[in-house]
Amino acid sequence: MKQKPFKAEQEIILNWISKEASVLDLGCCDGELLAFLISEKQVHAQGIELSENEIHQCVAQGLSVFQQDIDTGLSEYADNSFDYVILNQTLQQVKKPDFALKEALRVGKQVIVGFPNFVEASARFQIFFKGRVPVTKALPYEWYDTPNLHFLGIADFKDYCKKRNIHIKDSAHIRKNRKIKLFPNLFAEIGLFLLTIGRV
Amino acid sequence: MEAKQLATASQTLENKETKYFTFANPPEELILESGQKLGPTTLAYETCGTLNKQKQNAILVLHALTGDAHASGTNGWWNNLIGPGKGLDTNKYFIICSNVIGGCQGSTGPSATNPKTGKPYGTDFPLVTIGDMVNAQARLIDQLGIEKLLAVVGGSMGGMQALQWMVSYPERIRSAIPIATTLKHTPQQIAFNEVGRQAIMADPDWKNGHYYGSQIPAKGLAVARMIGHITYMSDISMAEKFGRRIRGDKEKFKFGAEFEVEGYLRYRGDNFVKRFDANSYLYITKAIDYFNILKEKNLATIFKGLKAKVLVISFKLDWLYPANQSQEIVKACKLSGVDTTYCEINSTYGHDAFLLETEQETQLIKNFLNTAKNGHNGDIQ
Repeated sequence: MKQKPFKAEQEIILNWISKEASVLDLGCCDGELLAFLISEKQVHAQGIELSENEIHQCVAQGLSVFQQDIDTGLSEYADNSFDYVILNQTLQQVKKPDFALKEALRVGKQVIVGFPNFVEASARFQIFFKGRVPVTKALPYEWYDTPNLHFLGIADFKDYCKKRNIHIKDSAHIRKNRKIKLFPNLFAEIGLFLLTIGRV
Repeated sequence: MEAKQLATASQTLENKETKYFTFANPPEELILESGQKLGPTTLAYETCGTLNKQKQNAILVLHALTGDAHASGTNGWWNNLIGPGKGLDTNKYFIICSNVIGGCQGSTGPSATNPKTGKPYGTDFPLVTIGDMVNAQARLIDQLGIEKLLAVVGGSMGGMQALQWMVSYPERIRSAIPIATTLKHTPQQIAFNEVGRQAIMADPDWKNGHYYGSQIPAKGLAVARMIGHITYMSDISMAEKFGRRIRGDKEKFKFGAEFEVEGYLRYRGDNFVKRFDANSYLYITKAIDYFNILKEKNLATIFKGLKAKVLVISFKLDWLYPANQSQEIVKACKLSGVDTTYCEINSTYGHDAFLLETEQETQLIKNFLNTAKNGHNGDIQ
C-alpha cells in the first residue's frame, strides 16, 4: 500500500545511482522505480516486497523480487553486497525503522531514503487551524487506514542521522513534484537522502 | 501460414503420445548413487509443442510422487498449466515430461522385468534417489539433442528434482522453478511416508514385494494413499469440502464411511490402487526421504556459481512443505548470489495448491519464463 513515486523523486534517485550498479529496493512496490533504473542505468536490480499482488506486478515487469518482511532483516546478505539500497517511502512503514536502516547501511555501500515530510506547511496548517490529523498529497491516508507507522520531518531525520553517525552525502527536497531549496522542513512534501556510514 | 499452423497442430497432437527411451544397456548400465547398476533403463515420456531450430525453448516438467509423463492434455495432471496460451505455453515452448525411474507408468521401476531373472524386480530393484531420477532425465535430454533447457519446473518431489538439476547440471538449465518443496526432507515428512510404507508392508498380500502375478497389496496401498491425501489438504480445505457432513446412505454408529471425508479418502485410496504399484510407492517415498540437496555442503555454497534464474513458489496453508522451507531455498540462493524471485501464493488448498491454484501460478510462471527467455534486469547476455 505505497504511493507511486513522484516523477521528480525518480529523477533524483536516478541521478544518484551510477550505471550498471547493483541495487536492492526494500519495499519495491510494483517495481516501477526498479524498472525505470534498469532502463535508464542498466542496474542489476533486486526487489523485496511483502505484498503478493505487488510481487506479481514485479514479475510481470521482468524483475527479480523476494516476498519478505523487511522487519525480519537482511541477514542473508553480506556487508556491502549492493552498491545501493533504496528505502523509498518504506522507512515510515516498517515496524523498526532504526533496525531497517542499520541493516540497509550494512548491506549497501550507499543508502537512499525517501519519506513524506510530516511537518510540511499544509500538514501543520491542518493540525493547527483545523485541529485534524493532516491528509495531504504526500500523506494521502486517513488515520484509520494509513500504512504509515512513523511520522517524521526533514529536520527529525537529520537529527537522527547525526545521532547515529550516518553521513548525509546528498539530499533533495520536493514540493509539488519539483525540487525546492528553501526551508525544506517547512515546505518539502518529500525528503530524499543519500546516506553512507559516517566516517570519522 | 495456415499450412504451417496445421502442421504445428498435427505435430502437437502427435506429440502427446507416450514415447519410450531405452538406454543404459548392459554392460553400460546406469550407475546409481548407491553404486548399484540399472540397465537397460527405460523412460516413458511425452512432449508437446515444437522444439525450435536453436533448441532453446525446451522445458522439462517434473512430476510429484505419484505423477506420470502425461502432464498435459485430457486428464493430464498439470493440464491447467500446460497448453496453448497457458502458463507453460505450448505455442512457445517445447514441453517434455518423463515418468521417473522407480515409477510404474512406463519407466523402469520395481514392476519392470529384471533382465537377470526374466521376472519383475519387486524388492530386488535397487534403491533410487532423486539424483538418479535426474541423471536419467539428463540422458533423455541428450537423446532429444537439447544442450540447455530453458527451464526445469516441478512441485513437491518435482521441485526436489528441479533443485537437483540446479546442483547436478547447473550449466544445462537457464532457469529453474521449484514449487512447494524443500532442500531436505524433515523427520515429520519422513514420518508420514514411513506410515504409508508400513501400511503397504503390513498387508499380507505384499509378500516382501513379490506379489506380481497374484493379489496386489491393495488395502495397504490404499491406506498409504489416504495418509498422503490428508497431508496434501489443509484443515480449511477439508472443512470446506466435507464439513462434518454424514453420508445419507449409511447406517449410523457402525464403522462404515459415515463422514464424507471418510468416503472421500476411501474413494481416493481405492482408485489409486488401480493405477499405482505398491513397490513403486515404497521406492519413490524412500527416494524422497533420502533427499537432502545439502549433503556435506552448506546453505551458503550449495548453489554457488549457478547462472540460472530461479523462481521459488510456496503456498499459504501448505503444511506438508510449508513456506519456511521454500524460504530456506531462497536463503541458499541469496547466499550464493543466484538471481531469484520468491512468491508465497495465498491459497487455502494446502499442499495440493501447486496442482490447483493455477491462476496465480500461471501468471508468475508465464512472466518469469518471458524474462528467462529474453534476458532482463540489465544483464548483458
